[in-house]
Amino acid sequence: MALLEVRDLSVRFVRKSEPTVSAVDGVSFDVHPGSTVGLVGESGCGKSVTSLAIMGLLPGRGTEVTGSVNLEGSELLRLSRREFDRRRGKDLGMVFQDPLTSLNPVVPIGLQISEVIERHRGLSRRDASREAAKLLERVGIPDPDRRLKEYSHQLSGGMRQRALIAMALACEPRLLIADEPTTALDVTIQAQILTLLKELVAETGTALIMITHDLGVVAGMCDEVNVLYAGRIVERAQRHELFSQPRHPYTAGLMASVPRLDSPRGQRLAPIEGSVADNIPWEGGCAFSPRCGNALAVCRERAPELETVEQGRLLRCHNPIGAAEMERAHD
Amino acid sequence: MLGTQRKERIDGLAESGGDTTAGVSLAASAWRRLRRSPTFLVGAGIICAFVLLALVSPLLAQHDPALRLLEEQVSRADNEIPAPQPGFPLGGDQYGRPLLSRVLLGSQQTLLVALLATVIGLGGGLTLGILAGAFGGWVDTLVMRVVDVMLSVPSLLLAVSIGALFQQQSQFTVIIAVATVQIPIFGRLLRGTMLAQRASDHVLAARALGVRQRSIVFRHMLPNALGPVIVQATLMLAVAIIDAAALSFLGLGAADTSTPEWGQMLGSAQNFFDTHPHLAFWPAGCIIVVALGFTLVGESMRDALDPKKRR
Amino acid sequence: MTDSSRTITGAETSPVGTDPADTLVEIDDLRVHFPIKRGIVLDRTVGHVYAVDGVSLRVGRGETYGLVGESGCGKSTLGKAVLRLERPTGGSIRFDGTDMARMSGEPLRRMRRRMQMVFQDTLSSLDPRQSVESLLVEGMRAHGLDRDGKSTERELRELLSSVGLPASALRKYPHEFSGGQRQRIGIARALAVRPDLVVADEPVSALDVSVQAQVLNLLEDLQEEFGLTYLVIAHDLAVVRHVARRIGVMYLGGLVEESDSDVLYEQPLHPYTRALLSAVPVPEPEVEDQRERILLSGDLPSPAAPPTGCRFHTRCPWRQPTRCDSERPELRDVGGGHRVACHYAEEIRDGIITPNSVEGNSSAGVS
Repeated sequence: MALLEVRDLSVRFVRKSEPTVSAVDGVSFDVHPGSTVGLVGESGCGKSVTSLAIMGLLPGRGTEVTGSVNLEGSELLRLSRREFDRRRGKDLGMVFQDPLTSLNPVVPIGLQISEVIERHRGLSRRDASREAAKLLERVGIPDPDRRLKEYSHQLSGGMRQRALIAMALACEPRLLIADEPTTALDVTIQAQILTLLKELVAETGTALIMITHDLGVVAGMCDEVNVLYAGRIVERAQRHELFSQPRHPYTAGLMASVPRLDSPRGQRLAPIEGSVADNIPWEGGCAFSPRCGNALAVCRERAPELETVEQGRLLRCHNPIGAAEMERAHD
Repeated sequence: MLGTQRKERIDGLAESGGDTTAGVSLAASAWRRLRRSPTFLVGAGIICAFVLLALVSPLLAQHDPALRLLEEQVSRADNEIPAPQPGFPLGGDQYGRPLLSRVLLGSQQTLLVALLATVIGLGGGLTLGILAGAFGGWVDTLVMRVVDVMLSVPSLLLAVSIGALFQQQSQFTVIIAVATVQIPIFGRLLRGTMLAQRASDHVLAARALGVRQRSIVFRHMLPNALGPVIVQATLMLAVAIIDAAALSFLGLGAADTSTPEWGQMLGSAQNFFDTHPHLAFWPAGCIIVVALGFTLVGESMRDALDPKKRR
Repeated sequence: MTDSSRTITGAETSPVGTDPADTLVEIDDLRVHFPIKRGIVLDRTVGHVYAVDGVSLRVGRGETYGLVGESGCGKSTLGKAVLRLERPTGGSIRFDGTDMARMSGEPLRRMRRRMQMVFQDTLSSLDPRQSVESLLVEGMRAHGLDRDGKSTERELRELLSSVGLPASALRKYPHEFSGGQRQRIGIARALAVRPDLVVADEPVSALDVSVQAQVLNLLEDLQEEFGLTYLVIAHDLAVVRHVARRIGVMYLGGLVEESDSDVLYEQPLHPYTRALLSAVPVPEPEVEDQRERILLSGDLPSPAAPPTGCRFHTRCPWRQPTRCDSERPELRDVGGGHRVACHYAEEIRDGIITPNSVEGNSSAGVS
């Protein structure tokens, strides 16, 4: 059984005197214990909103969340705010993109971590503090006893992100959500953090939802990858299958438009035309069709459904990239 | 080959975002949002009403506000004030002058004093702010020390001291005193926003382009730095009305009270608060409502000019 | 491998630096130090941030030079110093034979026409109150290039079409465009004064992935069309490797390695370059699963108090007990224009020195 089952999750922002924005539009996926699931897409694709909805962190006013988020048999979306607060931190941990604004600047990081432990695990302050030191050591912060007394601004970006991961891990959550955890960091620090996350998943059996725009990060981290576009999942596959044979034109376009370290120099990139501003609403067809090189007439008339096209692969496309085209792309 | 590729790209772009209408400038989009803001509409309505009142008040006022038409009803002995009566809906003041006409015509003086004081204060503040923000270095240090000294004195005290410097008390004294209080506030605000602009990428880009310093200051830095200052000016109009009223109340306004002004009317009504509160009520009410109008407009402009809220 | 990829970029095959007439920018021992000031009334200098500390490099005419490094390495400051938007503390910057380091006033302003900048933040680098037309005309006006209205108008349309924007963009304002389109406007603004050199500071890192490729391709096309010289500054080695023929790697204010782009990828010599290369994720699971990752311990030291000796020795997995912490390595040529600032570059390359275990949880080597 899956640890987390997300079914038909939709998030709409309803504002007075402004048109309703549908940020997430019927997203479903499962997360199994010990596995890493990736949500990939560009800005505005709904990946972050999805994670916030799962965590119950969206503002209540002006936000409509529908569908179901089921964690180990209990429905999260129906929890009261108080109950959610108790589950969050205990069963769900989250790591954000910006570690500086995610930490309280006027409270020492040690206290921030031990508070979480105290509240959720019912330890005494002293035990919680000892536990916090252990956690800091676990996430690779040297000299943890000294660091416990320091404030977030005294730590470097990488150290802050480690502290944040320690805080998310404080209660050994069953599910960890990492929202662009390395985007604000340098590549050498990113390598440290990604390695740490991988180790943690392998050791503790925590499930991880990895949200990122970086295909390279996905390729090294995730077991299963969901590609999101304009609030909907357009392709889902195991990572090896996805990267060796992307079927959705958007997935393929993303891969072709990223300069790769190991590609020969001088090779011209194949960008996706236009920008997300060119999207059409899903009601009028496929949102990606105005930018799509594979678009047919039907793409502008009817939105494609998400269908299983082969073992372990779901696809939302009228005219996916076929075998013949794959041959050519490989040459 | 390159050419055709590019042409396709242009066609594609022209198709997708292909409206040929002129763009919407920042000011235009701010105005669009302002027009929909109830706060702004209420505030602007109040201001328009009072400006209109000031313009047509000579026609509305039935009597000359300087004439002591009801003097015979004033009795010094028991502080008797002429009561409302036919022809004089609000009665008269302690000198027997028609209260309604004085309140109506008072709008002219009050608005004029506030406007002139704010314009002078804004002008002085802009000069200081531009000097400090555009040049930086020791000019900035010098200007800001002066501003700090001015800000360290409580504003009303400063205004009173400046008012007291003049031999002859007049409305002009009030204007200068209120303006002086405003100069450092505007100066400091503009200097801050100018410095932020100085460090911004688009100013760096202009420098990299080789645009002349003067052009950078007046074309790029100042227009972008001015937004918060204009908002502040609207809010300061409200403060100016209240400050001017306070100075008049304290007796630093015009010695000649024949030209009515709300602050000075309020000041001279202080002896009759117990017995005849209506003498104070009308000018005070007008001051509060006008100040509220300016504050509402200022606040809504602050929201509208906030680039983060732009859509 | 190296040879075949060289033929792809056949237009720029001549080795850089052999012919002095072909050098557009020559930087020698450039230093940019920022004073750290304390004090309320009188500012007292209590130290310096050594943002750029002794960098020498040359950029050939028509070439693309890539400058790569992590945040705080001084690459952006170097870029701004080349454009004389920062005042160098020492050293020289020769642009087409003229020393710009001491230039000021009107001569400097006139020189600016020949060198332009493309920014990372597309929104803040365009004045929000100016229409696209006035943004583009401004530079031309500053250098007297807008003699008559008709030809200026035509020029602007051509310029917009070269960067792939419709002529209707002229009357719009920056906030009405998407990030990618704004970057096109920024590029058009730079090109409006017909520069020789364009310094692009993180030109694509703020853009969406799908749009990055559009802008990178555009930069390539424009180089061909206008014969531009690029100095591309980026933290993303994949981006730099894609656009640049020569790459310089910076660490803590200094250049640690410089070589041909392919050589740098095939055979990185400096330990920092090796770590950087191994850290860049590649969007291919097979490659990712098999890569050896060199994990550096700790964080970047403060550029206000750089370590003695080799700046990298505090984090270097190949650190040796002698010389590394006492003697700052010079950038030296190890053959074929491959320059590296490491005392033990050859020994590391030949496997004589192997990485030591570094204290902390992250051990060097395979992970």
